[in-house]
Amino acid sequence: MALAESRGTGRHRLPRFQRILLKIAKTLVSVAITMLGLMFVTFIIGRVMPVDPVLAVVGERATNEVYEQVYREMGLDRPVLVQFGYYLRDVLHGDFGMSLLNARPVSEDIRRVFPATFELATLGTLIGVLIGVPLGVMAAVRRGSWIDQIARVVALVGYSMPIFWLGLMGLLIFYGILGWVGGPGRLDIAYEYMVETRTGMILVDSLLAGNWDVFRNAFSHIILPASILGYYSMAYISRMTRSFMLEQLSAEYIITARVKGLPERRVIWKHAFGNIRVQLITVIALSFANLLEGAVLTETIFAWPGLGSYITTALLSADMNAVLGGTVVVGLIFVLLNIFSDLLYQIFDPRAK
Amino acid sequence: MSFLKNITTAAAMALMVGLVPAPGTAETPTDVLVIANRIDDITTLDPAESFEFAGSDVSRNIYSKLVNFDPMNLDAGYQPELAASWDVSEDGKTITFTMKEGLKFASGNPIRAEDAAWSLQRAVKLNKTPSFILTQFGFTPENVEQMIRADGNKVIITTDKQYATSFVLNCLTATIGGILDKEVVMQHEVDGDMGNAWLKTNSAGSGPYKLVTWKPNETVVLETNPNWWGPEPAMKRVIVRHVAESATQRLLLERGDIDVARNLNPQDVAGLEGAPGIAIDSELRGRIMYIAVNQKHPILSKPEVRQAIKYLIDYQGMQDSFLKGQYVIHQNFLPATYLGAVDENPFSLDIEKAKELLAQAGVGPFEIEAGVREAQERLEIAQSLQNTFAQAGITLKLTVGTGKQILGRYRARDLDMYIGAWGPDYPDPHTNAGTFAYNPDNRDEAKLTGLLAWRNAWDTDGLTPKVEAAVIEKDRDLRAQMYRDIQAEFRAKSPFGIMFQRIEQTGRRDNVQNLSLGGAITAVSYWPVTK
Repeated sequence: MALAESRGTGRHRLPRFQRILLKIAKTLVSVAITMLGLMFVTFIIGRVMPVDPVLAVVGERATNEVYEQVYREMGLDRPVLVQFGYYLRDVLHGDFGMSLLNARPVSEDIRRVFPATFELATLGTLIGVLIGVPLGVMAAVRRGSWIDQIARVVALVGYSMPIFWLGLMGLLIFYGILGWVGGPGRLDIAYEYMVETRTGMILVDSLLAGNWDVFRNAFSHIILPASILGYYSMAYISRMTRSFMLEQLSAEYIITARVKGLPERRVIWKHAFGNIRVQLITVIALSFANLLEGAVLTETIFAWPGLGSYITTALLSADMNAVLGGTVVVGLIFVLLNIFSDLLYQIFDPRAK
Repeated sequence: MSFLKNITTAAAMALMVGLVPAPGTAETPTDVLVIANRIDDITTLDPAESFEFAGSDVSRNIYSKLVNFDPMNLDAGYQPELAASWDVSEDGKTITFTMKEGLKFASGNPIRAEDAAWSLQRAVKLNKTPSFILTQFGFTPENVEQMIRADGNKVIITTDKQYATSFVLNCLTATIGGILDKEVVMQHEVDGDMGNAWLKTNSAGSGPYKLVTWKPNETVVLETNPNWWGPEPAMKRVIVRHVAESATQRLLLERGDIDVARNLNPQDVAGLEGAPGIAIDSELRGRIMYIAVNQKHPILSKPEVRQAIKYLIDYQGMQDSFLKGQYVIHQNFLPATYLGAVDENPFSLDIEKAKELLAQAGVGPFEIEAGVREAQERLEIAQSLQNTFAQAGITLKLTVGTGKQILGRYRARDLDMYIGAWGPDYPDPHTNAGTFAYNPDNRDEAKLTGLLAWRNAWDTDGLTPKVEAAVIEKDRDLRAQMYRDIQAEFRAKSPFGIMFQRIEQTGRRDNVQNLSLGGAITAVSYWPVTK
């Protein structure tokens, strides 16, 4: 947008400025409506689910009196819409309520578990992109060659292999037998509580503290789950890259470029790849978002205290405040990533300006 | 292609760095005990409220009680802990405890009779789920200050009527009997909650350990309490890590990154047998696995049908296959090792006998809905039952759901059949007799949802007064006999098919010694552990 503005002439500045304002306002309204809808649907699902949140708090043995008392304390005797109204008011004040189960503020819980997931998903996506993109490009350029076949098999395995199995096998081989990586959990016991929590991401915190031992240990723990997530994301990204590239490589402007005698490298990376960047960004952003909320099984196997397992545990225990809080955060991430990729479209795709 | 080359090299480098051997694994520090356990059931650590397995494990190590169990001699029953001795009044209604002198809380505050009385009063006043363990003696938030009071270094407890002294004392060994540091707790009181919110995540006790931190679904860390009066525990720190997967626990144990794995499934236990440096312990726990049929159902309420279902369970087959090593056949509601427990297991899979009983009842093929929780072993039990019931013409329609889903319907008397488990709340026979065979008001409006007999709409066929009589019997032998008689009648009449008692299999590094899980009567004890 900054680029667009700087190119504007003085005569057009005001309308363009207004257009930008309008666009921002539109985006904000659409974000607000999306979030409101998301919260409403989740809230209603939470209320109609055949799970009893009161029982989750009082436990199996509770007498009816204890049950009734907690039922009222939780405000469940009020109409659902009124309950939603109160909830909305609290969320707008940044309060997701208390976890029904562990009686801590949900926002505090999310602050604790989100960095673990963010760290894992970021590294996973990084691995996925670093391998997936070149693999996809090469597979497209040398279509039908051995590298294309390998890329296809690797992606197919990535799509079809249950992550649960892959995770356990990875643990067994690289941790159990070879001892090359750290085990489940984020750190060895000996390193826990050695660095101050600043961001909650241990790799970052240990770097900030300049503690290389902790960094190495944390890295040895995160690399396996991140590689496994990265493998899945790589399978997706490489297939998408390949098909985007194939589309471009058969386009007339590529043929023209080749006829003009441009070096092949330039044709592939500057012309063809340059044109798929935008689509690729969307793919990567989606893949990243998936890893942020969809890494439940990986988190379970690797005893990784992240957002995915937090929401799942909450769901199974009928802790609706925690489920709602988690859902709002995940929803917000999706929305933000969408806005982010829209923004990149604006920058990279001249047609979107 | 240099760009491509650079990227590929970078990716390869990233992987290489990742595959550098991990620094120093293989052994945990000698004075730290590291345990893998499922701890996602902990909802609070306030002893007046805590009622889950993993929570009891923490509580037992951070709170002392008036009387408690010696982990190295559980069979001896309750022993003096904060109380030096006790006297029972002639009418049997008042127990006077004399406190030990000179003991301190972790905070350094002296442990007074006032703290003990206040802790018990508080549990009654807060009226949280486990409060029934105390309120069954007639304590109410209104009268508890008169019924439980401190006088000098004595705590005087007066019950509404005479109960077996052993019953009262056994109840005081439950988690809710944990004695709190009143001064510390009240400093954290908010809106008259008697420190409840603060105690959910903090400790104020006098046990061998104190709480360092509890991160839900992540870790519990304990460290030794310098003011504990006993010999200093060899394990200065205890770290319990939440590891949900059995296979993951096994790997961690094999690698030596943990000392104890608490949730190994039969396959992983079998896989660990004979592994170097690893030992497997089996300990009988209190949990009972049972099925029950709703007496509101016109067919299931026939006495012959109730008996027939007990012959439609493949006890031996299940014990020897998917429950191997984890459950043992047990057909009585009192767990083995409890006062009055019996080991008579008269039922076995006998399709012909069941068909005969069904014919006597004049019942043809029928379908019922059975609720079962989404847990591996329970689903397998349900499938086995589905198979054997079908052989006698009973179609089991399984409704599978989360614990809370199924439980909600069970408590609302809404299931034809329930397949589930029950763990004792305190180490006295009344804990199970008072729920399986006791139902003073069978009407729907009574809503005695805590009682299993009520949930199945069973009026107990005359067992209720017998349970009431047993709980006030002072003679121990006579009391034990009363429970044996109640269980014999229960086997013959009840709509419950009790099937198995739990065995907990724990994997540990073989240098870990003296780890007591607490048997069927209490929770785990870390303080005697050595490595």
